[in-house]
Amino acid sequence: MSSKAEILSRIRRHTLEPSPLPALDGEWIAFADRQAQFTQVVTGVGGQVRVRDPRQSLSELLLALPCMENAAQVVCTLPDVRLGNASLDDFPTPQSLAAVDVAILPGEFAVAENGAVWVTDRGLRHRAIYFITQHLVLVVPRGEIIDQMHQAYDRLRFDRPGYGLFISGPSKTADIEQSLVIGAHGPRSLTVVLE
Amino acid sequence: MATIDLPVIHAKAADAFTKNDARAHWHDQALWFIRVKRDRLVHALPEWETLRERASAIKQHMISRLADYLEQFEREATRHGAIVHWAADAAEHNQIMLGILQRHQVKRVAKSKSMLTEECHLNPFLERHGIEVVDTDLGEWIVQLRGETPSHIVLPAIHIKKEEVGELFHEKLGTRAGATDPNYLAGAARDRLRDVFLDCQAGITGVNFAIAETGGFVVCTNEGNADLGASLPKVHIACMGLEKLIPRAADLGVFLRLLGRSATGQPITAYSSHFHGPMPGGELHIILVDNGRSQILGSEDYRRSLHCIRCGACMNTCPVYRRSGGHSYGATVPGPIGSILNPARDPGKYSTLPYACSLCASCTDVCPVKINLHEQLLTWRRDIAARGYLSWSKRVAMKWGSYVLNRPKLYAMAGRVGRTTLRWLPRFLVYGPWNAWGKQRDLPPPPKRSFRDEFRRRKTR
Ligand code: SF4
Repeated sequence: MSSKAEILSRIRRHTLEPSPLPALDGEWIAFADRQAQFTQVVTGVGGQVRVRDPRQSLSELLLALPCMENAAQVVCTLPDVRLGNASLDDFPTPQSLAAVDVAILPGEFAVAENGAVWVTDRGLRHRAIYFITQHLVLVVPRGEIIDQMHQAYDRLRFDRPGYGLFISGPSKTADIEQSLVIGAHGPRSLTVVLE
Repeated sequence: MATIDLPVIHAKAADAFTKNDARAHWHDQALWFIRVKRDRLVHALPEWETLRERASAIKQHMISRLADYLEQFEREATRHGAIVHWAADAAEHNQIMLGILQRHQVKRVAKSKSMLTEECHLNPFLERHGIEVVDTDLGEWIVQLRGETPSHIVLPAIHIKKEEVGELFHEKLGTRAGATDPNYLAGAARDRLRDVFLDCQAGITGVNFAIAETGGFVVCTNEGNADLGASLPKVHIACMGLEKLIPRAADLGVFLRLLGRSATGQPITAYSSHFHGPMPGGELHIILVDNGRSQILGSEDYRRSLHCIRCGACMNTCPVYRRSGGHSYGATVPGPIGSILNPARDPGKYSTLPYACSLCASCTDVCPVKINLHEQLLTWRRDIAARGYLSWSKRVAMKWGSYVLNRPKLYAMAGRVGRTTLRWLPRFLVYGPWNAWGKQRDLPPPPKRSFRDEFRRRKTR
């Protein structure tokens, strides 16, 4: 018998009482000011939030970010922003991204309760860019902030192969005596720009 | 591995840990700090109890139809291009892993945190076959460099002081002698492990949740190490215990809200990555591992332990765990949940673990999936005795206890003797080696009257 057949038969040997699958609706938390809540949580987990002033262009805002100072290699995949000196397609392998200082990428939506931003690998040549860059900037439409995770999964579909993730703050570790260190293996800083 | 079958005597192992009182206290405080952080976030969420109930119901439903969901998961994962393997036990898991790595001529593999691979003793197995395994989670890397195992499932190096990390890194990485700054030390680790990520041929990750409906899975980390390991080399191997399954993607809304808050008091981990199929041009393997889980599923008493999402909250809150350290459990999963899972796998080896518990039930209160941990621990004690695994000293004490408790006159007399003698007996006679209870603590001062005397007195008044 194959291991698969053996495992399944070991499980099926025990007939368990059926137990219903619960519905997922509920009185979930909602915030009067989602943007304020989101900003507070992101700041609390070591990230920064910038809101674009209508009089300012997105490029101006991005260029003025502290992480852009002295950045030698900047990758930007935003469709209508001409910034950055390298396109992701210029990098033959994900390993060749090791020298990237700043990556500016779009985020689909943001979650107020936990400061997370949803991003995917759609149209991205290397998904490693989210982690290998020294600094990460995510640009999210201001109107796309939702209250909590249940709303997030209401809008997400996983019917095709792909990769997507919630990012909340920069990479971090507390593995040495519970002292928080920002910039573990991934980005040393995360800036969320609300457009 | 000659030591594998020696029984674990928790109290003895804990003795070694508590000898250094200041350190045991420090350990206790470090974990309590996390418990407090958890509380702060939990209390800020009005729907916390609703979430726990939903999570528990989802897991219960999933377990009741596990075989169907596993088949659905395999079908959907395969449709996305992943390759699914089934391992009946640890040995088969390791063989499958070795086969994949050898096929790709892997010399070095970057592994992120996976308690399952610890449970299977994967590292020494692969190393015997000439494959270098690097644990890339900082805490796990520290314990790996020290030649140890993790002492906590979420915080592998919680038992180690920064001075010791400094010394270790000085010796192994050449950091400045005497350096103890966590920023500096973590920075040195980052640099060294970057080189590993850039020069490895495969990545191994664990799985936090696997979704039957979509054939995908989710991995949660704070460091970003799992994603680097799963995005730089072309081969990604994810290993999961059967119980990691959830029916629907939308169930993640419930579980991701519970996990980070329970584990470390964070609203969510920095990265919650959803993998559906391999990356373009890459290969994705998923190994489904039983290793005793289907057996636990057959037990009415312990089935709910399969709901566990490995958040570690029961450890952080457990007064015994905090004061005895994770290594005293002699198992991959320590603490309250470990004291249920390990005896289920090997009752002879782990018979003392259900006794490493004060039955305070704090674990049950914090568990995000509402496992009745303290009740199961009590049930285990009954089972251990019934199966004849009780130690001699406990057996004798129990026999005497039940003899006395069944004879009211004798009980009353024993009480009188105890109340008077304890008052004048010299300390060394009361707290001798025979009094295991009194090792770390003092008996309360004996009352003047017994409860029954007191009761009678009040009634007549
Ligand atoms: S038993 Fe509950 S509290 Fe303990 S690790 Fe598992 S899910 Fe967390």
